Amino acid sequence: MIWKKLKLWFHMLGSAPYFYGFSRRVAPWLWAGFAITTLYGIYLALYVVPPDYQQGDSARILYIHVPSAWQAMFIYGVMAILAVIALIWRIRLTEIMAMSCAPIGAALTLVCLATGSLWGKPMWGTWWEWDARLTSMLILLFIYIGIMGLYAAFDDKRKGARIACVLVLAGAVNIPIIHFSVEWWNTLHQGQTIRLIGESSMDPSMLPPLLWMVVATKLFFGAALLDRARNELIDQDRNKKWVSERILEAA
Amino acid sequence: MKPAHGRPIAALFRRDMKLAFRRLGESLLPLFFLFTVIVLIPLGVGPGPNLLARMAPGMVWVAALLASLLALEHLFRPDLEDGTLEQWFVGNDSVYGRVMARLLSHWLITGLPVIVFSPLAAEMLNLPDHALGTLILTLLIGTPALSLLGGLAAALTLSTRGASVLLSILIFPLVVPLVIFATGAVSMTADNLDPGAYIGLLGAFTILALTLAPLGIAAALRMNLE
Repeated sequence: MIWKKLKLWFHMLGSAPYFYGFSRRVAPWLWAGFAITTLYGIYLALYVVPPDYQQGDSARILYIHVPSAWQAMFIYGVMAILAVIALIWRIRLTEIMAMSCAPIGAALTLVCLATGSLWGKPMWGTWWEWDARLTSMLILLFIYIGIMGLYAAFDDKRKGARIACVLVLAGAVNIPIIHFSVEWWNTLHQGQTIRLIGESSMDPSMLPPLLWMVVATKLFFGAALLDRARNELIDQDRNKKWVSERILEAA
Repeated sequence: MKPAHGRPIAALFRRDMKLAFRRLGESLLPLFFLFTVIVLIPLGVGPGPNLLARMAPGMVWVAALLASLLALEHLFRPDLEDGTLEQWFVGNDSVYGRVMARLLSHWLITGLPVIVFSPLAAEMLNLPDHALGTLILTLLIGTPALSLLGGLAAALTLSTRGASVLLSILIFPLVVPLVIFATGAVSMTADNLDPGAYIGLLGAFTILALTLAPLGIAAALRMNLE
């Protein structure tokens, strides 16, 4: 019974007007959750956790850096799954959702790179180091930008989305290979690597704010995805009847 | 009578090669481009033989990548414009076979000349003599993958505006492992180490590209026609 209802709901979600209403109702809650978890996480990170014994207060940037890095990779996974669904079942809404993932993922990759760079200047003495992780994040950013660029280069948005989904899958096959190749490249050329704090060697007191921030980035992704997909949807359907009806209804 | 499968594919290959040979000067322009890159870099970084020897594997590979990019924009576009591409999907013969034939001719025109002239480039860049064999081997294994991934990027960008810029942006992240494995192998040989692991990985990457890229290319071509 529940299963049937869930299935029906999933099918209804594929319809543009229904998704429009659904995302309008759900996104504000996600934004609110994001605001609360972020504020609480930042509060813990700045006021409760003691400064790192070696890095002092600059270690606190980790609470933004690490969750955004994880989320940037997580988003690629979500985008790849959506791309598979979009290519196999040709659901228009999944195409739009997959394409809406790319700018969010690119933004979080950029946040990760920027915070890492800010942290690297006082800690490593340089804004940029050809470290394996930094380099693979940079390549991930290029892949995201490539996907966005390809999608934007088509006048026919559905065609663009489907072709960009093929690129998403090519990237999904390639990203693990890129990751390991870059890791081997770096270790062979430089010998010593400067490592970020490993999870196992992290003090337990640092964990709660990190977890709150991880939850916050997940909520941010959900909220931003729903908003972006909704905007893309009404942009594509701007000449359709349901859009004018909904907009008039809201006004 | 048995349908003559493969005959149109062979005809496509013969046509492509014939066209390339009729315009031999034009076909070899990417090779000249490779040499201009290889000349420009020592002019930029200075002619120190040790520095050049360290950079040689990377420079030859990056130049080979840039050279293969040049011909990519026209890999499928003329066929799209004159409607031939649609016929690819109408006929009985596999699109996969046609894609492979097209990529093979692309490789023969852009990849093979690079391999043939790579000893010259290596000599100009002062690569140690004992590393030359590895350089040629990596080019032999790796340039087909370059054509395959390039073909994928070309198929994805086929009906876009500003395809050439987009194409280079798309292909760069895809070929990162290729460049790392190939130059790693050559550098290790130059340092008198065993490059076997890197060559193995390079081969694995090419085989993976050979398995998946033609499927992606065929799918992307079909979508471009929709």
